[in-house]
Amino acid sequence: MMGRAGICKDGVIAEIEKKITEAFEVFDRDGNENVDVREIGSIVRSLGCFPTEAELHELLAKVEEEEPTGYVHLEKFLPVMTKILLDRSYRPIPEDVLLHAFEALDEKKSGYITKEELVKHMTEEGVDTPSSSNPVAFMSAYRLEHFPGEPFTEEEMEEMLSSALDPETNAVHYRDYISMMIVDETDDLPQ
Amino acid sequence: MGSGSSVNANYKYSLQKSENAFKAAVLIQRWYRRYVARLEMRRRCTWRIFQSIEYACEQDQIKLHNFFSYLMDNFTPSSSKERDFISRMFISGESFKEAELEKYCDYESLEVPDSYTGPRLSFPLLPDHATALLEAFKQKQQLHARYVLNLLHETRKHLKQLPNISHVSTCYSEEVTVCGDLHGQLDDLFLIFYKNGLPSPSKSYVFNGDFVDRGKQSLEILIILFTFLLIYPKEVHLNRGNHEDHMVNLRYGFTKEVMQKYKLHGKKILKMIQNVFCWLPLATMIDQKVLVIHGGVSDTTDLDMLEKIQRNKFISVLRGKKRKESNRNVEVKEINGESQAEPDSAGNETMSSLPSQPRPAQAPSMTNRVEFSRWVRQTVQEQIEWCRKLVDISDSEEEELTCSSLVSLTDLDGPCWTRQEEWKQILDILWSDPMPQEGCRENTVRGGGCYFGPDVTGNILEKYNLQFLIRSHECKQEGYEFCHNRKVLTIFSASNYYEIGSNRGAYVKLGPDLVPHFVQYQANKTAHTLTMTQRISRVEESAFRALREKLFAHTSALISAFKLYDKDNTGKITLSNWATAVESVLRLGLPWRMLRPQLVRSTADGMLEYKSWLDDLAMEQRSQEHIQSSLLEVIYRNRSNLETIFRIIDRDHSGLISFEEFHQTWKLFSSHMNIELTDDGINDLVRSIDFNKDGNIDFNEFLEAFRLVKQSQ
Repeated sequence: MMGRAGICKDGVIAEIEKKITEAFEVFDRDGNENVDVREIGSIVRSLGCFPTEAELHELLAKVEEEEPTGYVHLEKFLPVMTKILLDRSYRPIPEDVLLHAFEALDEKKSGYITKEELVKHMTEEGVDTPSSSNPVAFMSAYRLEHFPGEPFTEEEMEEMLSSALDPETNAVHYRDYISMMIVDETDDLPQ
Repeated sequence: MGSGSSVNANYKYSLQKSENAFKAAVLIQRWYRRYVARLEMRRRCTWRIFQSIEYACEQDQIKLHNFFSYLMDNFTPSSSKERDFISRMFISGESFKEAELEKYCDYESLEVPDSYTGPRLSFPLLPDHATALLEAFKQKQQLHARYVLNLLHETRKHLKQLPNISHVSTCYSEEVTVCGDLHGQLDDLFLIFYKNGLPSPSKSYVFNGDFVDRGKQSLEILIILFTFLLIYPKEVHLNRGNHEDHMVNLRYGFTKEVMQKYKLHGKKILKMIQNVFCWLPLATMIDQKVLVIHGGVSDTTDLDMLEKIQRNKFISVLRGKKRKESNRNVEVKEINGESQAEPDSAGNETMSSLPSQPRPAQAPSMTNRVEFSRWVRQTVQEQIEWCRKLVDISDSEEEELTCSSLVSLTDLDGPCWTRQEEWKQILDILWSDPMPQEGCRENTVRGGGCYFGPDVTGNILEKYNLQFLIRSHECKQEGYEFCHNRKVLTIFSASNYYEIGSNRGAYVKLGPDLVPHFVQYQANKTAHTLTMTQRISRVEESAFRALREKLFAHTSALISAFKLYDKDNTGKITLSNWATAVESVLRLGLPWRMLRPQLVRSTADGMLEYKSWLDDLAMEQRSQEHIQSSLLEVIYRNRSNLETIFRIIDRDHSGLISFEEFHQTWKLFSSHMNIELTDDGINDLVRSIDFNKDGNIDFNEFLEAFRLVKQSQ
């Protein structure tokens, strides 16, 4: 079946593989098709994916060597990543969803979040929350599940604050922040 | 249910809220991490762009030598005027014997007027002179030419006494500080002195070469370093770098800087500096355990030979390479920007081969004896000059090259062979780069030295009982970097080298335990006030501007390459093919698919309309519409070489060449490049700048006219 750009499915896969290889090579210091395992997150994300830390760990389990060497080889990474891109896993977060997320943290709906509040939320180690929001289930089986958070490191927090924080109000005016940060996320995968 | 249920409802509500808040936080984190990762990718791509363009520029040197070889080997001058012009290009300036040099670069006759408010030096120099100089340069003052020349004379006298390899011991002053490339960036030197202290009997310094070129205050750096060298000869050590070479200076800005600052005496100053550079030591040894050299080593590096060489014989270390006849067409096409399958660089050319000899021009008829003997003498003279040019050796006081010794020289073995080996030793020390793979191969990117692997490092360390090597020569993001299992340390002291915010500079301190301690810095206040995003964006902009210029310069070749994927002539190609085609032409080894969003703004149905894309690139050069586009491309691709050629012709360093010389240069160049260039075409070039300097052309102005206009913010 030919796509609208005249590319057949094989062509799509070939192009995806080239793109993955390119991204991989940018982080490949020695030119020997290995990258430090700590860079895999950056590679996956720069290919247009938005995995959570948990999802990333799952991915790593698939691409690491049997005996972890601290390195990931392109050979193992390529097929796993290709599938992720073809399946469109970990897809981008639309701007409005992001806005809702910030609004959820803004209790007073004031349009901003104070520095302290933001730090508290971003560095939260985890939270206990009902496993079900179904009122019946809740009433009958009062169970809490612990969701591990994905807290920012000190560095990440500092870096986010440096661009997000308005020094005059010591708060993050999230609408402005979002529009400043949203990059042109054109989906450049062939259809 | 009464009040119980409302309490539960409240509780449930607040739990729900915190669950939402938590999920929101995780979502934001997810998004933010993706943003940072993309930024990191952009940062690395930007770095790659700068590096590949920098090294591609060094390949210009090879192209330049090809041009000169072409002139020597293949070009038949159509007139004696043309031949004269060509031979002038090869005489890079008179070589001076020692006594003549002193006389030519005399400073004592230079009067320093009372109105001069800058520092006044007297010899022997004292620490107060150094502080006065530092202060003066901070105030942007200029040292009077008399003192500059005096300083250079004294420096030369001092350097002549030094061995090729300096020795430093950490038992005299507790620590040794090693600095890498400075490249004319005076602010970085000030920062280093501020953070680390000035050189003194208790503070030793090693400066590892590349003091000049690229930055705008190379001369000030030299003056300061030479001053401290003379005040604290035991504590201050300088190594020669590959930029301490007048041939390199012609291209990378130092020559220009000196001539602009010293219009009257610049030529003398340059001549002295040329002679000071060749007396700089080649290496420094710390505690007999750490070898400090500018570039690196090779599998033939021999410290014993290095110690014995007459280092001052090698004024310039640059040289052309022998080209096999069959390769020539390949190279001409490559220069013209057409894609070619690259011959395997690992095998073919060896560093020890020499350029072929000049073929004498047509001999005049034998009937006119006077004419003939003049021709013989001239031809022989040319042969001698040519051989001298091979290693660019100065007039030796001992040897007298006579006609009889010419025979052995034409043999190109014998005396030149030893020079060969010596030359290679120096070239390797100054130009080599480490590579991750084992082995040792020719450094084809830079056109000199080699790439050396961890095994080569291991062998050198073992052979001479060393612990590790310190070298510079390559810009590093953090100012320093280890490789070869921490046996090779690269130290680079020019921060913001590519652009403000591009990298930090660093210096390293070693105590008696020889454990390195690093200090990093970045010499630009604005860099600190920018956020990470802003810093990266700014450097990125600069990189892409340079990249777009390169793309523009290869317009014709790109169109041909695109057409290969557009057999139906629709004017469109897929983005995938775009990436492949661009790499095949530019050969920069860049991740084009990653860079595409910044280079290609719009597509039609996922396809690129390549003609209009190229037109957009050309839009930035609107002012030069009257020049034929293929010529425009040639200028862009070869601007660096053209500049160098003009500078060579401009022997009195005035910045001007005659219209006639300009014309001649273009005729030769276009012949070499196989492009059509009529007299009208050359006139169009001349018209591109407004010149009216008594029939002379300011070539700096000319070349400036061919820089892509900066994109507005």
